[in-house]
Amino acid sequence: MQSMESTRSTRSLSFPDKVLHRVFTHLTSNEDRNSVSLVCKTWYNADRLSRSKVSIRNCYSVSPEILVRRFPNVRCVTLKGKPRFSDFNLVPPDWGADVHAWLVAFADKYPLLEELSLKRMVVSDESLEFLAFSFPDFKRLSLLSCDGFTTDGLEAIASYCKNLTEFDIQENGVEDTSGSWLSYFLESFTSLEVLNFANLSSEVDFDALERLVSRCKSLKVLKVNRSVSLEQLQKLLVLAPQLVELGTGSFSQEFSAHQFVDLESCFSSCKNIQSLSGLCDATARYLPAIYPACANLTFLNLSYSAMGSDELDELLMHCPCLQRLWVLDTVGDKGLEAVGSNCPLLEELRVFPSDPFDDDTIQGVTEAGFLAVSFGCPRLHYVLYFCQQMTNAAVATIVQNCPDFTHFRLCIMNPRQPDYLTNEPMDEAFGAVVKTCTKLQRLSVSGLLTDLAFEYIGKHAKNLEVLSIAFAGSSDRGMQCVMEGCPKIRKLEIRDCLFGDAALLSGLDKYESMRSLWMSSCNLTMDGCRLLAKKMPRLNVEVIQEDESDDSEADKVYVYRTVAGPRKDSPPSVFTL
Amino acid sequence: MEKFGLNLKATELRLGLPGSESPERQSSDENSNKNKKGNTVVLSLKGLAGPGAKRGYSDAIDSKWVFSGNTSDGSINNNGGKCVSGSDSGLCCPVVKESGSAQSPKPVVVVQEKKSHTHNHGSAPSKAQIVGWPPIRSFRKNTMSSHSAKNDDDSEAKLGMECLYVKVSMDGAPYLRKVDLKTYGSYMELSSALEKMFSCFTIGQCGSHNVLSRDGLSESRLMDLLHGSEYVLTYEDKDGDWMLVGDVPWEMFTNSCKRLRIMKSSEAIGLAPRAMEKCRSRN
Repeated sequence: MQSMESTRSTRSLSFPDKVLHRVFTHLTSNEDRNSVSLVCKTWYNADRLSRSKVSIRNCYSVSPEILVRRFPNVRCVTLKGKPRFSDFNLVPPDWGADVHAWLVAFADKYPLLEELSLKRMVVSDESLEFLAFSFPDFKRLSLLSCDGFTTDGLEAIASYCKNLTEFDIQENGVEDTSGSWLSYFLESFTSLEVLNFANLSSEVDFDALERLVSRCKSLKVLKVNRSVSLEQLQKLLVLAPQLVELGTGSFSQEFSAHQFVDLESCFSSCKNIQSLSGLCDATARYLPAIYPACANLTFLNLSYSAMGSDELDELLMHCPCLQRLWVLDTVGDKGLEAVGSNCPLLEELRVFPSDPFDDDTIQGVTEAGFLAVSFGCPRLHYVLYFCQQMTNAAVATIVQNCPDFTHFRLCIMNPRQPDYLTNEPMDEAFGAVVKTCTKLQRLSVSGLLTDLAFEYIGKHAKNLEVLSIAFAGSSDRGMQCVMEGCPKIRKLEIRDCLFGDAALLSGLDKYESMRSLWMSSCNLTMDGCRLLAKKMPRLNVEVIQEDESDDSEADKVYVYRTVAGPRKDSPPSVFTL
Repeated sequence: MEKFGLNLKATELRLGLPGSESPERQSSDENSNKNKKGNTVVLSLKGLAGPGAKRGYSDAIDSKWVFSGNTSDGSINNNGGKCVSGSDSGLCCPVVKESGSAQSPKPVVVVQEKKSHTHNHGSAPSKAQIVGWPPIRSFRKNTMSSHSAKNDDDSEAKLGMECLYVKVSMDGAPYLRKVDLKTYGSYMELSSALEKMFSCFTIGQCGSHNVLSRDGLSESRLMDLLHGSEYVLTYEDKDGDWMLVGDVPWEMFTNSCKRLRIMKSSEAIGLAPRAMEKCRSRN
């Protein structure tokens, strides 16, 4: 009997590893990969040996050494560093998330590294040079919201990465000393497919750019910066009519009627454009030139373009396939009505404030605009909306119209502002959101909120993964409701709420299954944080103490799970308890 | 004193700012809320002001901004309570919660000054003082501020899409508005939009006297204007001078207007001669 059983079991184990590897290469999602690695030791090994892409969403949750030991054959790495609130200056600049140690480990163990995507990491020029020299096969570089480098570092990438296909520099704190980096691409270099330097301000050598675009026949994405004029853009488009994504830069120039006709016909030859951005200084006169290129447009990013409602209306009439739209609130409610009328397929809307720090002027969009969009765009599932006023009733109607929200980020810009019609808290608004939108994954709340809002969230938001809270809640109970009620919560960011130690400790059971918790300007004490650190040794409980105000208070607390232990690179202002 | 009869608390204009105290609402007779659920109706003071009476401005109201609303299209429409808004930028006019006391001849609508707000959690800090709020990436912040700085540093006008956003301030008001001059074709349109946004003032009278013409205002009519009402509409032109609105052709005005200001007519008197001079020198 026993021998038969053992034969049976060995028969199942003799499934060749190579086949497992082949099967696993078809598993692209990280979640699936993580799941298969848990099945048994064989599968764990098959996964680790065949995994070529890793995504580390908190660079301190694991160390470079642990990573390279487990996954020896990685070619593509995504690394995210600082807590998201660093985007809003809440994290000291020397906090950490330097990529260099990772690059050193990769140079040693991943010499065939092809792709590096960094978000909120500190990247120095030395690191960029090191990258350029260490990885001969390097193909794709993406830097988003990073800082620490200058355009000098980009020179190294341009000079030495001979197989580069993607060069994507987005919204970084980069010190732009000159545009000469672009001239460092060799004349023999032809492999570029993605070039995005919209974020950089210095003027680049246009001739060099023109030659580059001309010889890179596979170029699909081109996003130029503001220094490129309309006439220059036209020249580039003539060379690259195959573009799928275009960032136009300033789109400003004085044109004659004849030149306008040329420009228009140039855009008509761009039949593949699906994404359009820039248009920073575009005027109503020349905007119509792009209409011929908008037939297949699915993403329109006007968030750096102060467009009015009439221009938007006209433009949208030419974009029947639009799925994602980013605008400034200069379009006003009237512009959003135009969105509702013209974009039945719209899935994502982001409305950014054009003048967010002007307290004294009533401006921008209101609940009316959001309502208008919801009536016209039933497929809407992602919204980011900055406004000065909102009502509970409006939000309730909005989610009735669009029950499929997965991402609902509403920012009423005045902290603790109630429903401006009823003067009541905005609890019912977010209650309606979580009750109606069962697929909700991400929620940002704002306005005057009591614990009731969080009771609703805890009770109904069963798929919620990311929650951002500011200036809200009436007691510890608020946070407690969330910690106890939301089973899938992964990231929780809280600022300026009166949640205290009891609230913090109510999440003891949850933090290891979460990526991170951020709490700043709440009512936490050092003792409370120490208690948490003591009870949960596999968490890093970091307190950022910037001024010597009060040693017993913990003004900024960042809690995250890690297998790497307390970090060794904390600056003086950061204490790991 | 007259102000105690005005029952200011009952007719409180809300701009939806944090910490505005919610006064006890008194429902009353014909002026009561049309909709008890809290929809609002904007007051009209045109009919209520007696002949020769100053329109709703009481000197007794010191730190509060007072103005009269306009019910011309004050009914709440379906899209969630947006009240009168004359401008394309979709600004919602300050909404009035009305529970007018019939006795008061001038139900005055009051906006609490922002600074005096209190609320559940202590005083509301002004946005400029809060680090990292509203939550906008530094990159975007810096880009937008350098964008507007590009267009003439002294100017309040933001140029984009050939639309011309100018700020409109009113003496004594805690809040400014922005209007897009490009969306109006004439002084009449601008005037009625601003009227809806703020209150009745000079330009409204201007139209009824048919004063506006390509040649500008005559001196005597200008004087009529100024004496007829407490506030006048002025603008700052490219030279930095403050001028009365209405003295140049519309296109010239939109090209040179940097910002608008609803000024107390007592202060504006001095502008008239200068305006006429500039006008004459142009003609």
